[in-house]
Amino acid sequence: MDSTSTTPAPPSPLQEFWAYFQENRGAVAGLYIIVAITVVAVFAHIVAPYSPTEQFRDHLLQPPAWQEGGSWQFVLGTDAVGRDMLSRIIYGARFSLFIGGVVVSISLVVGISLGLLAGFVRGPVETVIMRLMDIILAFPSLLLALVMVALLGPGLVNAMIAIALVLQPHFVRLTRAQVINERSRDYVIASRIAGAGPLRLMFITVLPNCMAPLIVQSTMSFSTAILDAAALGFLGMGAQPPTPEWGTMLAEAREFILSAWWVVSFPGIAILITVLSFNLMGDGLRDALDPKLKRS
Amino acid sequence: MFRFLIYKLALLIPTFLGVTVVAFGFIRMIPGDPIELLAGERGIDPARHHELMIQFGYDLPIWQQYLTFLGRLLQGDLGTSIITRQSVVDEFFTLFPATVELSLCAILVALLVGLPAGIIAGVKRGSMFDHFVMGGALVGYSMPIFWSGLLLIMLFSGILGWTPVSGRISAMFFFEPVTGFMLIDSLLSGEEGAFKSAASHLILPTVMLSTIPLAVIARQTRSAILEVLGEDYIRTARAKGLTPLRVIGVHALRNALIPVVTTIGLQIGVLLAGAILTETIFSWPGIGKWMVHSISRRDYPAVQGGLLMIAAIVMMVNLLVDLLYGLINPRIRHTE
Repeated sequence: MDSTSTTPAPPSPLQEFWAYFQENRGAVAGLYIIVAITVVAVFAHIVAPYSPTEQFRDHLLQPPAWQEGGSWQFVLGTDAVGRDMLSRIIYGARFSLFIGGVVVSISLVVGISLGLLAGFVRGPVETVIMRLMDIILAFPSLLLALVMVALLGPGLVNAMIAIALVLQPHFVRLTRAQVINERSRDYVIASRIAGAGPLRLMFITVLPNCMAPLIVQSTMSFSTAILDAAALGFLGMGAQPPTPEWGTMLAEAREFILSAWWVVSFPGIAILITVLSFNLMGDGLRDALDPKLKRS
Repeated sequence: MFRFLIYKLALLIPTFLGVTVVAFGFIRMIPGDPIELLAGERGIDPARHHELMIQFGYDLPIWQQYLTFLGRLLQGDLGTSIITRQSVVDEFFTLFPATVELSLCAILVALLVGLPAGIIAGVKRGSMFDHFVMGGALVGYSMPIFWSGLLLIMLFSGILGWTPVSGRISAMFFFEPVTGFMLIDSLLSGEEGAFKSAASHLILPTVMLSTIPLAVIARQTRSAILEVLGEDYIRTARAKGLTPLRVIGVHALRNALIPVVTTIGLQIGVLLAGAILTETIFSWPGIGKWMVHSISRRDYPAVQGGLLMIAAIVMMVNLLVDLLYGLINPRIRHTE
């Protein structure tokens, strides 16, 4: 690289993206919080003071350290069977990020495949796929997930499958719309004339140009997945006790709502902060990736 | 307009048939046959089992069973609940007004607060108020409402003691339902304090349920206003010397509200999903709580019927919103 040349090299797409993304302070804050939560989740076994299921029978419902009766041994207090709240919330981050990651991966893979198929093949295949998506969207998402989990049996894995199913119509619709938009462009036609097969056209020529809205949708779906999984846990249909999943913890804490505020408050704050940072980042990604909003 | 209506209806019919297949298939996918389900833990002797299989038509091929199911459905028969032995349709419509009352109050609050907040935030872009509204909307949008509902109870019912914790009205009052809407019925009953009691029961659930629609409406209204304010006709209106109030209130708002109408329509699904959580927390006797109960009690006919009814309602409301959209936006009406 010749750094003395008079015309600077154009920024790489990644640099350009980062420049736009950085302008949105909220998005950057969201990103930092997500990184922090991820680090805590990965190293939960080192960061957390205790095991999330260890019961300290002498310290039932002990308030947080700064309140009278609390001690620095249990910074955020203990729950009804004497488990350390802080440790449970730290381990809970693992579950929430895992749920979000798995759900978004499933929805992305299935959604992109069906969307590409619908957008490229058109005709009856498209009609069938899109009508199927309409059927899923006719049900309120949480209700459909709830019924599916009831069918499959309560538990974390089934909850993730159910949430992935109710979220993926959005990915299908988005991919299809993008594909239909792109497929008549000159570069796609040129590629086709040059002899590219249908799979190459779908995945190598067209798909990379459809990614921007899909990335934004993935971020937003990540937060929806965390919220819905917590809601299912709260209704007793998601992760089962004693799993330190935040929604499940809230369900267990419900009866102490008037006597022990800390068991009710902290898991909810954890959910709110995590979901909020993903939504903040999603907003920033949309601004940075959407060429229509870019100020040139 | 008529063609537009026909087109939309034609799209709806296959989707609704699909919904009936889902609801029908749901009950068949549970391990064990329906008679065993009905018998429950007690069990049933094989001869009686066989007899009942024939009586209920479960020995027929699956497609014939589906057609029978569809035929009953068209006559408004959704079967009977395993637990209460009551008609599912009757149970649904007894509880439905409670959910409608709560949802209407929630969407009303969301509109009354969200629309003005979004409009002012859009007009005063970049101001403190704008940042405040958008920050608040983002928090509201990210809120686990089943948690904020618990916090509301903790603060207003627990610490301050201002509001009741559960139900629709104090047990002191009893009167026959007329409209099914507690606010109206309590006024009609003429009992002193009944309306106040009903209203105080309604406040916290309404706040909880309106959180997400409120956030979405405020955000959508703001971005719609921002988009419209850049249009040529707004510049023209300003150049004509119209007052800012007239420019915003008449020229901008009328066009900005078109996409907002769709957003409001889409909130019906959000409201019904939210009702499941809200009604569970506040013991609100509506269909959300009923569905959760039916699921946990394994009352599959009730779950099936409820699923079908709710999907039908969501589809009807979406159709109405589509029509309304076509009515206020001629560009849409003429494209199909």
